[in-house]
Formats: sequence, structure tokens, C-alpha cells
Amino acid sequence: MSKEVQVKKRKRISKDKWTAVAFLLPSLILILVFVYGFIGWTGYVSLSNYNTIVPDFSFAGLKNYKYLFSDFRFQADLRNTLFFTILFIGLVIIMGLGIAVLIDQKLKGESLFRNIFLFPMALSFIVTGVVWQWLLNPSTGFNHFLKFFGITPKWYTDTNILAGFEWGSIEFGLPVAIIAVVIAAVWQMTGFSLAMYLAGLRGIPDELREAARIDGASEFQIYRRIILPMLLPITMSVVIIMAHISLKIFDLIYAMTGPGANFVTDVPGVYMFETTFRGNYYANGAAIAIIMLLLVAVFIVPYLWNSRKGEQ
Amino acid sequence: MSFPIGKTIKYLILIFFALLFLAPVYVIIVTSIKPLDEVSLAEMWTLPSTIDFSSYKEAFSKLAPNLMNSIYLVVPATLLSAILGAMNGYVLSKWKFKGSETIFTVILFGMFIPYQSILIPMIQFLRQIDLYNTIPGLILVHVVYGLPITTLMFRNFYANIPDQMIEAAKIDGASFLGIFRHVIIPLSITGFVVVAIWQFTNIWNEFLFAVTVTTSDKQPVMVALQNLSGSQIVQWNVQMAGALIAALPTLLVYIFLGKYFVRGLLAGSVKG
Amino acid sequence: MKKKLYGIFILLAFALVMAACSSDSSSDQNDETDKGDQSESAGEDGNVEIFSWWTGAGEEEGLLALIELFEEEHPDINVENAAVAGGAGTNAKAVLATRMQGNDPPSTFQVHGGEELNKSWVAADKMEPLNDFYEENNWMDKYPEELIDLVSDDGNIYSVPVNVHRGNPVFYNMEVFEEHDIDIPTTFDEFFEAADKLDDAGVIPLALGDKESWPATQIFENILLGVLGPDDYQKLFDGEIEFNDDRVVEAAEIFGKMLEYINEDHASRNWQDSAQLVANGEAAMLNMGDWAKGYFSNDLDMETNVDFGYFDFPETEGMFQVITDTFGLPKGVKNTDDVKKFLTVLGSVEGQDTFNPLKGGIPARVDADPEKYDDYGKDAMEDFTSARLVPSLAHGSAASEGFLTKANQAVNIFVTQGDIDNFIQALENAAPEM
Repeated sequence: MSKEVQVKKRKRISKDKWTAVAFLLPSLILILVFVYGFIGWTGYVSLSNYNTIVPDFSFAGLKNYKYLFSDFRFQADLRNTLFFTILFIGLVIIMGLGIAVLIDQKLKGESLFRNIFLFPMALSFIVTGVVWQWLLNPSTGFNHFLKFFGITPKWYTDTNILAGFEWGSIEFGLPVAIIAVVIAAVWQMTGFSLAMYLAGLRGIPDELREAARIDGASEFQIYRRIILPMLLPITMSVVIIMAHISLKIFDLIYAMTGPGANFVTDVPGVYMFETTFRGNYYANGAAIAIIMLLLVAVFIVPYLWNSRKGEQ
Repeated sequence: MSFPIGKTIKYLILIFFALLFLAPVYVIIVTSIKPLDEVSLAEMWTLPSTIDFSSYKEAFSKLAPNLMNSIYLVVPATLLSAILGAMNGYVLSKWKFKGSETIFTVILFGMFIPYQSILIPMIQFLRQIDLYNTIPGLILVHVVYGLPITTLMFRNFYANIPDQMIEAAKIDGASFLGIFRHVIIPLSITGFVVVAIWQFTNIWNEFLFAVTVTTSDKQPVMVALQNLSGSQIVQWNVQMAGALIAALPTLLVYIFLGKYFVRGLLAGSVKG
Repeated sequence: MKKKLYGIFILLAFALVMAACSSDSSSDQNDETDKGDQSESAGEDGNVEIFSWWTGAGEEEGLLALIELFEEEHPDINVENAAVAGGAGTNAKAVLATRMQGNDPPSTFQVHGGEELNKSWVAADKMEPLNDFYEENNWMDKYPEELIDLVSDDGNIYSVPVNVHRGNPVFYNMEVFEEHDIDIPTTFDEFFEAADKLDDAGVIPLALGDKESWPATQIFENILLGVLGPDDYQKLFDGEIEFNDDRVVEAAEIFGKMLEYINEDHASRNWQDSAQLVANGEAAMLNMGDWAKGYFSNDLDMETNVDFGYFDFPETEGMFQVITDTFGLPKGVKNTDDVKKFLTVLGSVEGQDTFNPLKGGIPARVDADPEKYDDYGKDAMEDFTSARLVPSLAHGSAASEGFLTKANQAVNIFVTQGDIDNFIQALENAAPEM
């Protein structure tokens, strides 16, 4: 390559680099204002005394945070979010993967089944919430049929905490009621992971399976040793997208159960909305938002770190 | 190409889950065609004594104007957020520069912001730029908060396009924009379908922004759906009929584009 | 295959663009027709925007009838009905708060009389006093004094009440009472006697639907009223009596005992679902605001005083737990004269008699026409003029919304845990925010 060509190429590359940055710029500016600007505002409010309708931006230090961490309801919220997130993501992955594997067996009626499992995604959480409130109502709903088998779970009205022990002012353990909410959320979002896994399975070349089969691997081994590991990146995407739904969940719980007796189905999103707009505790609400963001950061930063390392 | 268990069992499992998934639909439909005095928790499974479509009529007459608002909102918002997402995804996957990963992180983090907390500054901001209580204002909001996920989706999608193709185009003298237009865009149709379906459904079903950014005659259909219920008394038959009417466009999208949804994901996310 | 997909995409994109274009043009058309409507009025500021959370059956019809009445009298003023539903008014409050903070108040908005008005918008100096307006309309003696006090702060009146609901009736299934030979209980002892009898007979004595906390809080406030009496009830919320007072503890004990007689699935029901229990005879009694009457008679087709009856919550006879919807005049509204014209109609006998028979409450004025109301309404109107009026806590009148939020949380925990000490402690901690 002659010198001139190299110089020309370098020039072009640097010009292209600038175009690339220009491509990002509009999005970046919008995000900086709408996300980081507003987070900044929220953080500022969370450190103020703005707990009445009359704005009061005097500095309150960490008062609102201290209040929240000593608050029964907020402690319960953290517990509920933890278990909701674990169960929700776990079940969405298991259900999605399981059904995807079944559908991928070249059965008849594939598109019918696929559409049945996909369609709940088309509904809004508000509608889902109301319907599941009915379906999991302990005196009618599914219990109408389950009682023939002698089981009548109390679903979201159950105030028991499984394997509970005293922790702060709450009982820490799995709130039974949260399972009902998880069922509704899983019903709605399984379609997404199903579609992802279905796509993933289709993307695995048949030759790979054939080769394994020739080597004498059983079907089960093929799935465990070859297919599941290849689906790992998909699982990571599903986890991240489900995590952001789970940690912010609001509409579904608001419509389905509300905070629940003894706050067994309450989550930070519901608490924040109620305390801010019903009780006018703006600073407390802002503090909840900041804590939620920090929780999310705990979740997502390792993922981003990992994917960065993987690419370098 | 099959598990050791028989086909029948596979079918049975699928049918069992399918029925479970359809149970809520049964309840919605049955309730929507009942007269109001037959609607109660205790009778949720029973079929109506007479089929009564009046709730559909009532729901439709109340929702119709807002359905149009939703269309004016969803179509441009979906398109814009998809286009911006594609631009971002292109840069962040194929034109990495020092700090581009940081920028990606910065954008992605916006996905996790709890929207309730930013309502007040957002509305004040919209008022300042004169977009409060307008559909363009709502479009802007949805585009901005849709950016993280569309960027993520397109970035993953483009990661699968071999770098060699880009390199080859570069050697042929194609520029940044040329590659985007002639190489990337034609390859990303399935990606657009996935992102469009996702954004369409999310924006269509979104409630919180819709109710706070717009008032009365500018409101999208989900707000109107909520407005069918009163502060103290809810007519569940009308509510359910309304829910079905409001969900119809998204349902159609899934039924007709469901195949492309999976195919788009197939093209995009296999390597994550 | 790729080609086919490509074609579909082009088609899709084309359709989207078309839709976008047509959306522009048709929204332009809409704008034009909007302008056409407004050309009769005084331009952009000629709108009177009425902000409420009345969107359901009955209430919406009442509001629309009221607007119609107003438009007949003032055809030159354009009215915009800005109603936001959901969450029993919480969504509306969220929208209202953001608009008020942004100095974009609606022309007038729905707010419960009492501290929900005084401790928030009045305290934030966002409301215009209406004393002169009341004088002009000669309203000072048309509303009960206690009601005017409720919408006043520091001698200034801030809003116009349009309706009144009562929070302390108990509705009961008459057939169930008859079958088990139950007398109407007037004291707590009689109540528990009746409850035991019903319980033994396998009937749920008291229906409760506390998916949202307020129905439980409503029971507690009525017990408080019964135990303390109207004067001390008022003093409790004025901060003159402490929450660790023996009588408050006693009220909490009675509350705890009453909760032993409720339906097990209370947390899964809203108040309507709990009313259904009374309607179908599974439960005998329900303490609920008198909007429940409309639900029983209109939606469940039950006949007043035949299928269901009502009595005063035990030990609150002659007392009237007031829930009143009022409309005020926010500061910063440009066309105050037009808004005042609307408030004049809202506060007139004709306005209230148009609105209330549809909404199912009673008029806030004392000189309305009882003939326009059903039997229950006539009863309630009579009580309204003779009984002692006290502000409801559960509906935001007795204390600030901040206190109410915390009281609801305390009640929610108490209903499950039943720990009286914790409950009293939580109320005491919240008391400074009343």
C-alpha cells in the first residue's frame, strides 16, 4: 500500500469515526437529560425535606433513607422484590425453555401453540392483573376446581412467610402470597423467553446434534452438554430483560393485589407511587427510587462488566 | 430427533399448559358477554344465561376516539425508537471506539429507571418545551425511554453480522453511512420486526406516562380503558369487553407477525 | 425467503409511514374542528376545565348532567371534562399534583373537604379564598356550619361542596337477620352478641374487603367515633388527645375483636366484592359509605328496606361521618369569572339536585328538594341536618393525606398481626404529620 492511500484511508476512518459519534449523539443527549438529569433531580429531592405538598428543598441529609430502612413496609418490600425477582426470572426461563424444547420437536400445530403462549404478551399488565386477581381468588377462581383434589391454597391472601425468621422489624422468608403474583407475571412473560429460546434452538445446526449422536450421546446428554451451553447467551439476555421488568414491577401488582395484607405483595414501585401521590411524601418517594436504582446497579453492573470483558 | 418420551406425552404437556394459558381468556370473554347483575366473583366460571353484547357497544363507543390517539402515538414512536436504536446498535457493535462500551452502559442503564420517580421533573420539562398534553410529547417520552432496549436489541442483532462483511465493504471504499445503508439495513429487516413488535406492544399498553402526560381528548386507549371503571363502582362486563377491544391491535400483531418475531430473534440473538 | 421478508418489511414500513402521514393530516383536521368549537367562546382561556376522578357509572352521568345544565345557562362557555380514573382517585391525584407543581392548574378540581384540601393545596397557597363568592350567592346559611368549617381554614372558605356521603352506616341482609332472629345492634356489646349468634349459625357476621386499606380504616374510625364521641373524636385529630389515650386503646381492642368476625378472604376483595357477600347472604353486615346503597339497589337489583336494610354503626347514632366532594378555585387560573359561574351552578339547588340523584349521594345544601331522592336519600338528608357532623379519616377529611397514608399502613399491619401496642405506636409516630 502506498503512503497516500494509507493517509487517505486514515482520514476516512477518522471522518467515519466522527460520523459514528454523531450517530449516537441525539440518543445520548436525550438519555442524559431524561434519564440522568431526572435521576439527579430525584437524588436531590431524596436528600430534602420535601415531604408535604409545599415544596421544601432544605437539606435533610440521609433522613429519608434512614426512615425507609427502619420502616416495616419498606423492609417487607425489599424482601418481596428479592423473592419475586428470583422466582419470576427462574420460572420464566424454565417454562420458556421447556415449552420451546417441546415445540421444537417438530410437532403438529406448532404455530398454534406458539401463538397461544405468545399472546399474553399482547395484553397490558393492568388487564392481566384484574383477571388473575379473579383466577387466584381463594374462594372462586382456580380453587373452584382444585377443591375437588382437596387443595385450597389461599394464594395472594396467604400472610404466611415460609422459612421465616426475625430480621429487622419483619419476618424474612418467602412470602407465600408473592407466588400468586409470580404466576400472573410468568403467564404474561413466558412468551418472550419462549420466543428467544425457540430462535436459539433453531439456530443450532443439526449437524452438531448428528455428530453427537454418532458419538453415541443420548438425547438427554445432547441437550445437557451441547444445546444448553449454546443457549447461555440467550439466557443472559432473558435475565436482563426480565430483571428490568421485575425490579420495576408496578401495574400488575397495583391492579392485582395492591400492597396486600401485612404488605406481603407490596413492592417498592407501589410504595413509591402511594407514598408520593397519596401521602405527598415526595422526598421519601424519591429515596425509594434511588434505592431501587442502586439495587438495579448491583444486578446489572456485573453483567455489563462481564459482557465487556468477553468482547475484548 | 426426539426425546425418549412418546409424542403423546409431549402433546399432553403442551395441551395442559395451553389450557392453563387460555383460562384467563375464557374468563375475560365470558365476563364480557354477561349482563351486569350476573357478574360476580362467585360466578366467574359460569356461562351467561343470555349472551349480551351491549357491553361491547358501550365500551367501543367510549374507546373509539382514544383508539385513534393510540395509533397516532404508537406508529411514530415505534418507528423513531427503532431507527434511533438501529443507529446506536450499528455504532456500538461495528464502530467501537474508546469509550463506546461506556456509552452503551450509560444508555442501557436508562432501562432500569423507575418511571414513577421522574414524573414531576419530566412534566415540568415537557411544559417548558411546550409539548405537555400533546401526542408528540408522549411520543418523545416513549422514544427516549425506549432507546435503551432498542439499542440493546440492535446491538445484539448486529453483533451477529460478521465483521468481515464490514471490512470487505470498507476495502471496497464504502463509508460509514454507505455501509449502514447498503449492508446493515438490508440485513436488519428481521431485527426491525422484533423491535417494532416489542415497542408497539409496550407503548400501546403503557399507562403511567399516558395518564400523566395527556389529558382528556388526547389520551391513548389504555387510559380510556381505566376510565371505564369508576372511583367506587366497576362494571366488570364493560371493563372486560373494553380490555378485549383495546388489546385487539396488539393481538393481531402477534398473531400475524408472531412467526417473524421468532425468526427475527433467531437472526439476532443466537450469539447474544 | 429473504426476498419475501424484505417485501413484507417494505410493505410494513410503507403502511407505517402512511399511517404517520395520515395521522398528521387528520390531527390537523381535529385541531381545526376544535378551533371551530372554541370560536364561540372567549378564545383559548374561555375553557372551564373540570378535573375529577368521576368516570364510573352514575358519577359520570351526574357530572355530565351537571355540565349540560351549566352549558344551557352559559352557552358561551366551553366546558372540558378532564376526568382521570383508577386507584380510587390516586391516579387523578398524581396528575393533579404534577400539574399544580408545574403551575398549570385545572380551572377547578375535585377534592374531599377537610384536611385533604386544607393541609395540601390551601397550605401550599394554591387556592383562592371564596368568602366573597359565598356572600354574593347567600350561601352562608345554605350549608351546615360544620360543613363550611370543613372547607375553611383560618376563616377563609376555599371550596364549594357538591355532595355528601355518609361513612357510618352498616348495611345488612334483612333475610339473614330475620332468619337468625337478630335485632339491630346499637352498642358494641349488642354487636358482638349478634356476631356470635351469626357465627354459630355459619354466617359471616361482618363482610370486609380491604384489598385497599381504607374500608378497614373506615371501621376503625367509626369505632373511634363510637368510643370517643364526636367532641373527643374531633379533639383526637386536632392533636388535643393523644393516640395512647386509654379510650383509643380501647377502640383498638374493639377493632381487633371485630376483625375476628370477618370473612377470611378479606384481603382479596375490594368493597364491591365484600358487598356481594352480604347480597348473597354469605355475610350479614357491611360497614360502608352509602355509595354502597347505589351498588345494592342499582347493580345488584336489591330493594331498599326489603332485601337490605341499614342502621347506624354501633354507638354512633345521631352522628354523621361526612365525606364530601368539593370544588375550589386554584390560583393562577385566568378566567376566574367563568370558573365562578361554574361553581355557582355547582353550588345551586338545581345543580345539586341534578347531580346527586344520579351519583347516589345527598346534596350538601340543606334546602334541596327531598322529593328528588329515594327513601334512603330522604333519611340521610334528614340526618344530615339534625346529626352531629364529623370528618372522616379514611376519606381524607379528618387529617392530612400524609397521616392517612401512614394510618392506612398501620391498619393494614394491624389487621394481620393484631398487635395493639405496635398499632398505637405507629399512630403516635405519625401523629405529628396530622
